[in-house]
Amino acid sequence: MFKRKSLSLPYILFILCGTVIPLLAILYYAMVDKSGHFTLANLAAIGDPLHLKPLLFSLLLAFICTAICLLLAFPLGLMLRRSGAGKKGFVIFLLILPMWMNFLLRTIAWKILLQKTGVINAILNAVGLKSLEIINTPYAVVLGMVYDFLPFMILPIYNVMIKIDNSLVEAAYDLGASPFRVMKDVLLPLSMPGIISGVTMTFVPSMTSFAISEILGGGNISLIGNIIEGEFLRGGSRNVGSGISMVMMVFILISMALLNKVDKNGEGAVV
Amino acid sequence: MKKFGKYLYIGLIFFFLYLPILTLIVMSFNDNERTSGVWYGFTLKWFGEIFQSQDVMEALINTLVIAVASAAIATLVGVVACVGIMAYTRRQRTLILQLTNIPLLNAEIVTAISLMLTFGMFGISLGMGTILFSHICFCLPYVILNVLPKLRQAGSSTYEAARDLGAGPVKAFFSVVLPDIMPGVATGFLMSFTMSVDDFVITHFTRGAGINTLSTLIYSQQKRGIRANMCALSTVIFLVVLIVLLVRFFLTGRTTADKTVKGGT
Repeated sequence: MFKRKSLSLPYILFILCGTVIPLLAILYYAMVDKSGHFTLANLAAIGDPLHLKPLLFSLLLAFICTAICLLLAFPLGLMLRRSGAGKKGFVIFLLILPMWMNFLLRTIAWKILLQKTGVINAILNAVGLKSLEIINTPYAVVLGMVYDFLPFMILPIYNVMIKIDNSLVEAAYDLGASPFRVMKDVLLPLSMPGIISGVTMTFVPSMTSFAISEILGGGNISLIGNIIEGEFLRGGSRNVGSGISMVMMVFILISMALLNKVDKNGEGAVV
Repeated sequence: MKKFGKYLYIGLIFFFLYLPILTLIVMSFNDNERTSGVWYGFTLKWFGEIFQSQDVMEALINTLVIAVASAAIATLVGVVACVGIMAYTRRQRTLILQLTNIPLLNAEIVTAISLMLTFGMFGISLGMGTILFSHICFCLPYVILNVLPKLRQAGSSTYEAARDLGAGPVKAFFSVVLPDIMPGVATGFLMSFTMSVDDFVITHFTRGAGINTLSTLIYSQQKRGIRANMCALSTVIFLVVLIVLLVRFFLTGRTTADKTVKGGT
């Protein structure tokens, strides 16, 4: 219709200055030392246990967080799917609304709820149960991550499930399939695009978050995000920080590639 | 019994999602300067103190100015870019869409440090300008991905008809094409605004010393406990958004219902 490619020039400028050059900048800083000479020391810095342990621990917590979110969101999607499409708008409204309270504040609210003298423990003690002492431990960090990223798992799964034609499910039952087979051969494959996109949207942020571990870990828990933040903002070396970020991106790409192998049809669009 | 279990499960998930919000709302009525798990009695004074606290007001204004400006600029640049992209060949379009997806797929902290390094490399000192530029960059994909499909859907026939009837390209765009793609433009703008208001990571790395948005101010307070006036402000923002969304939901909910009834008869 319009024959003016030049109209997208300002946007191309933004892509160049805001995406392409910055990514090349990380690559450059990762490959040079402070005086600008080529080195591989920044990339090798990941071998330092001070960096390697947080990287592996972040991977572990991200896997756990993603798995819990999936286990919570999948049954929820099934239940909401059956409760009628008329409520679709309202369900999405209820899922998006919490995001209008600043996510740092919501995470800090968990700190208040979980602390030793907090509300949750007061209730537990009142009914005669032992106190839950998970604040400043990895358990609290995982809880915070699950809390913050659960909507990003629920939304894509719900969006895909609500579109599944119920006659397919009925047909499977009519042909004598057990509930388990209906799940395995009908509902699960049809929900796969939503699951893949939900897993992506949960895994990457939980792998790289630093604020949640800082708030709910009480400064005791060092994830790879905390290491990178320290290198850049708390007197570390930008070069080492860039090197570690590069390695972290490689780990994310490997995880994503594994995920894409599961998603054979490549239907898992993120947006 | 099965039904009861189902509603219990749905209820528990939503309880989990709303429990911290309830906590923060309760804390903004608590008569204690910093948030804690202890109840000191009911007060409304923190709501009055929102406007007296200079750093909170400054952070609020910064947050809103950055959000409005970055959403507006991203929408303008993005819509114009989409018109240009329509003229691209298939290969060019694929390339630019892949580049558009990078900020969405990339880890936030990597985007943030990459921008911080670039500003450093070119000797640009960190401040409002760098925050604004960074926010425009991560808002643009939301505009492009909402507007481009609408533009393709709209097709070129109405635009060409307008041109044949004597309208100039600009007039034809504003009076024929823009109304068609308006829902996409509005969604892109609103998503950009929301992302900008809620952003912490990118602002954290690209702000200069002394400049705070609400997110960075909250983060700087988190160790010693959040000030109660911050909770009060968040409660006000949350309730305003709740009311706006509820009104919108019931209005649009009704109109779509009307449409389906009409479509049925």
